[in-house]
Amino acid sequence: MLYAVTSMTALGLGLGLMLGLAARKFHVETPPVVDEIERILPGTNCGQCGYPGCRAGAEAVAEGAAPVTLCPPGGREVALQLAQITGADASGGAGLGGLEEAEPMVAFIFEDHCTGCTKCFKRCPTDAIVGANNQIHTVITDACIGCDACIEVCPTEAIIHRTKPRTLRNWYWENPDQVSGAGDMRKSA
Amino acid sequence: MSIFSFAGRFDPARLFAFKGGVHPETRKFLSAECAIEVMPIPSLIRVPLQQHIGVEAEPLVQRDDLVLKGQLIGKARGPVSANIHAPTSGRVIAVGHFAAPHPSGLPVPTITIRPDGKDQWGPRLTRMRPEDATPEEIAAQVADAGIVGMGGATFPAAVKLNLRAKHDLHTLIINAAECEPYLTCDDRLMREHAEEVADGAGIMARALGVERIIVAIEANKPQAIAAMERHKSALGYDLTIKTVPTQYPMGSEKHLVKTLTGKETPARALTAEMGIVVHNAATAHAVHLAVRYGEPLISRVVTVSGRGVGRPANLRVLIGTPVSEVLAHCGGLVEEPERLLLGGPMMGQPIQNPRVPIIKGTGGILALTAAETRDQDIMPCIRCGLCVQVCPMGLTPFELNARIKAGDLEGAAKVGLLDCINCGCCSFTCPSNIPLVQTIHFAKGKLAEQDSRKHQQEQAKRLAAARTAREEAILAAKRAAMAKRKADMAAKKKREAEAAALVAEASQTGEVVK
Repeated sequence: MLYAVTSMTALGLGLGLMLGLAARKFHVETPPVVDEIERILPGTNCGQCGYPGCRAGAEAVAEGAAPVTLCPPGGREVALQLAQITGADASGGAGLGGLEEAEPMVAFIFEDHCTGCTKCFKRCPTDAIVGANNQIHTVITDACIGCDACIEVCPTEAIIHRTKPRTLRNWYWENPDQVSGAGDMRKSA
Repeated sequence: MSIFSFAGRFDPARLFAFKGGVHPETRKFLSAECAIEVMPIPSLIRVPLQQHIGVEAEPLVQRDDLVLKGQLIGKARGPVSANIHAPTSGRVIAVGHFAAPHPSGLPVPTITIRPDGKDQWGPRLTRMRPEDATPEEIAAQVADAGIVGMGGATFPAAVKLNLRAKHDLHTLIINAAECEPYLTCDDRLMREHAEEVADGAGIMARALGVERIIVAIEANKPQAIAAMERHKSALGYDLTIKTVPTQYPMGSEKHLVKTLTGKETPARALTAEMGIVVHNAATAHAVHLAVRYGEPLISRVVTVSGRGVGRPANLRVLIGTPVSEVLAHCGGLVEEPERLLLGGPMMGQPIQNPRVPIIKGTGGILALTAAETRDQDIMPCIRCGLCVQVCPMGLTPFELNARIKAGDLEGAAKVGLLDCINCGCCSFTCPSNIPLVQTIHFAKGKLAEQDSRKHQQEQAKRLAAARTAREEAILAAKRAAMAKRKADMAAKKKREAEAAALVAEASQTGEVVK
């Protein structure tokens, strides 16, 4: 009886120790590239990529199941950074072509239709909506990442997507036309 | 004539003039002999809350409020911002958005005032004797008066006067080069108000704690030079009046410093790091009015010129006066202008809507006719290198242009895109009429936008993390509350059971007693 108990205990302890040492020695983290990719993604878990959250999206990109352009709120910058990690073509070719000219989008709430239900306010991943019960809600455009979350939950369809309005701070001259040879010089004196 | 007068007065400044630059026809004769006249109060005044670099001012008045001349109506928000004052007395008829005096014409927060015609002053700022005031008091007064750089950069002047704390300053340069063609407002200001300009320079020098003041005037303004020579001392300072060659862009801060001292300002550094601060002549005049008379910055001298204007003039205009009323005062437009510009022809901004107001940084209104502008077909680059020769920053505009056209903004930034000062010499000189500076404008804006997007992504990540943390905290709190309630319930049940047992016991004994 005593022998049995001692030997089994010794065996258990010895194997446990070995396992522990092996685990420490051959420690494999989740593919580090997944963490790296997740750090680049916005982390708002908006679900626009079709995967449940940014982590799942990152795993898909790491496996090559999803393109680097999967993240609409991240836009071109995120796509370029992802391409750098995964080694995808980042030369602005076909893969990124669609994202090149994408204007940043933000949500806009039609105040006439807003009932103050706070559904969007609760759903917004970046807290970009201000509102309270029975009060008209509004969007802080600087914090909005243009995910669809609020639009989906709005019961009165009072929220739409629109391009981010230009202000004096972010306005700039358009690229003067040089190719046609007859650019409008008046536009830029 | 200017050549002869210049040969007669040889100046070492000429030895150090900067490399590059151009010599456009100045066409200052159109308005140079027109004395400054005070424009009558317009029928409507629109005062934008953003007339300066930095954060827009916070409105202090509401619709239907009565305001008095000089009353504070917009309060500076944050360290880089400027106060806004009512230019005349009247009733506020709107606090809302109106088109900005900017090529985009985008709306900015604006206070609209219907003047009552009485032009009644409210309480002014306290007058000061700058001789007895401390530098801090002078800088505070300049900040209260809402003075910004009036050469066009509109950087709050008080911030520049406080540079003393950070840098070891020795020289104040009064920039009166006025190198932009057509503009004569600083020229006239010096001819007619030399003493005030000199006094303002002295006050600023005292605030800065510098040893010397240099007034730099281009050689094509002999009367202004003569006028300033007559008023060479202020507050114990002896002003050095320096004649600098007529060369565009002499009025650029860095190039003026190079011309006067021979020292080159490092890329993206301030002249203050070399102990030099540059202020505009009109700013000096505004400082004089603010400190000596307690008058905030509510008007400025504006040159109205160009062949499209009936009567070119130099006017003292209230801030907020619509451009259309200024033009009407100057005999209206005699010819449909090809371009309507605010500022000079080289760096001024075209506007679409003539109802936009004059702001603190507006030095000129130019109605240029087709004959005065160059609007020709753009042709391919012939690699002549003229743009490289004239670039005062030593850049290679043709290369910048090629890289930008190819979409390589980072590459353009590597060859000095961000060092460009937008002077427009390259476009001016290009024989193929390539819109070089315009392309550079675009690239700078695009690059800034990309940077801001990156910044916004980081911001979004932070916000999302904050939200997750908050939700988790709420959930944890809920769980804790639930556990506590469970424990409470269990304790209560236990107590109730005990009580019931006691009661049962008691009733039993009672029954027994009965």
